[in-house]
Amino acid sequence: MTDLATLPGNNSIAAFDVERIRADFPILAEQVHGRTLVYLDSAASTQKPRQVIDAMTHAYEHCYANVHRGAHHMSMAATDAFEAGREKVARFINAPSTKQVIFTRGTSESINLVASSYGRAFLTAGDEVVLSELEHHSNIVPWQLLRDQIGIEIKVVPVDDQGNFLLEEYQALLGPRTKLVAVTHISNAIGTITPLAEIIRLAHDAGAKVLVDGAQAAAHHKIDVQALDVDFYALSSHKVYGPTGIGVLYGKTELLNAMPPYQGGGEMIKLVTFEKSTYKNAPHRFEAGTPAIVEAIGLGAAVDYIEAIGHEAIAAHEAGILAYATERLNQVEGLTIIGQAREKASIVSFTLEAAHAHDIGTIVDRAGVALRAGHHCAQPLMARFDIAATARASFGLYSTRAEVDALAESLGAVNEIFG
Amino acid sequence: MLDELRDLYQEVILDHGKNPRNRRHPEDANRHALGHNPMCGDILTVFLKLAEDGTIEDAAFDGKGCAISMASASMMTEILKGKTAPQAAHLFDNFHRMCTEDDYVPLADSLEEEDDLDRLSVLSGVREFPIRVKCATLAWHTMTAAINGEDEATTE
Repeated sequence: MTDLATLPGNNSIAAFDVERIRADFPILAEQVHGRTLVYLDSAASTQKPRQVIDAMTHAYEHCYANVHRGAHHMSMAATDAFEAGREKVARFINAPSTKQVIFTRGTSESINLVASSYGRAFLTAGDEVVLSELEHHSNIVPWQLLRDQIGIEIKVVPVDDQGNFLLEEYQALLGPRTKLVAVTHISNAIGTITPLAEIIRLAHDAGAKVLVDGAQAAAHHKIDVQALDVDFYALSSHKVYGPTGIGVLYGKTELLNAMPPYQGGGEMIKLVTFEKSTYKNAPHRFEAGTPAIVEAIGLGAAVDYIEAIGHEAIAAHEAGILAYATERLNQVEGLTIIGQAREKASIVSFTLEAAHAHDIGTIVDRAGVALRAGHHCAQPLMARFDIAATARASFGLYSTRAEVDALAESLGAVNEIFG
Repeated sequence: MLDELRDLYQEVILDHGKNPRNRRHPEDANRHALGHNPMCGDILTVFLKLAEDGTIEDAAFDGKGCAISMASASMMTEILKGKTAPQAAHLFDNFHRMCTEDDYVPLADSLEEEDDLDRLSVLSGVREFPIRVKCATLAWHTMTAAINGEDEATTE
């Protein structure tokens, strides 16, 4: 197990030892169909290091009660540990204050929260929300629900054949009725990294707010919400080596405190009578009910883990894996990589001439290789490329070249069967 | 590894998958339904020409999907021609059990149905791959919807 205290904090790439990192992830030693697991589905969900698992077990065994309620020791200890998770997340995304870090169930709920609360309070019929063709269904459907409720219009920024976000077309879509731009940071389906700085600047110039779906980005790059000047940023714990069931919505303070509550319940109120209730400010205003306490502690441990290794070291490692995978997979007969954007995260989506993505998934699984086959919850993007599905290999900080080789060899078996 | 997979991807399946029979849209079809597998996004349409006495005079399909779903749709459309709606339903019941039950025993009503189930047994390899059962049954669910006058079927 990696002793985090011995890892340098200066992001030194030389210190990045993938075998030491792999030893932190118990599941990577599992056998699947008699082979050691080759986990290439980190874009769907990342595996969890021992440090996260241990932090959660420790909380359940030594530091658990409901938070923000009891005057007893355990409640106060659990509250401290829970709020420490929030502080770590605030540091992780460089939020100015922990009050701007709302715990949700995940990126989907974070986006739904903004669509429901901000959307219904501040948008009206005819207002425009700008999305892109790269969006996950989670950043499409909430806006369609809002459209059906209040009559907003949805505009869509196209991508080119390589999957690049088209800034000029985006700029042309911005107008006096544009109130919100909701765009992904990294495409989960094809790996495109969007030009967020320009997207946000142009939106602000047009008087629009910006929500970023950061589900795919937070594990790969340092997120700095202040440098981005983003209005809302959403992410999921389970895609940054943390537990499922918890995610984050960051928002600018003046926006959050002007927004009505999303759900009502305990924890979010100041005072309740049958005539009227008054609400706390963010973040508690948006955290009705008992939160995912131990998950927040686990998420805190996950961001500690990432920061101990260092964003730059992780990004450098993953860039190396992406380059190697791109080269290696391009040698597989009949393979076409879908999405070759200039700026790309460690995700390789592809089709094979001989076999449908689903058949690829079944065959490589027998070699212990876990990859995603399907539309990746991005059907409009699949339609853009005139395909129903792709096979997708997505890499994380624990991925190795040997795993890329295992994938390439198993794709050889696909071609052999379908040859 | 390859041996197990060859049980799933038998030559007959690969042949039907690559060269699906009856992949067309008959002008005189009087029933059709859209089948959808939400898990993988595969969509196919089944077209039937149903005579007044309930005989399936023509069966065809359109769509794109994996080798298993294409082979199943292809073989189904070949087999259904000349069958009545209740015969088709009976056959699907047997086929569904073949794809899902380890102790499957065919309950054929006729020698013809026994032959049909024999032909379809090349698809029974999906039993070892539970996640692929929906691929093998999508066309059949869609056919059932078309006969029942429903527009859509889903393997959800």
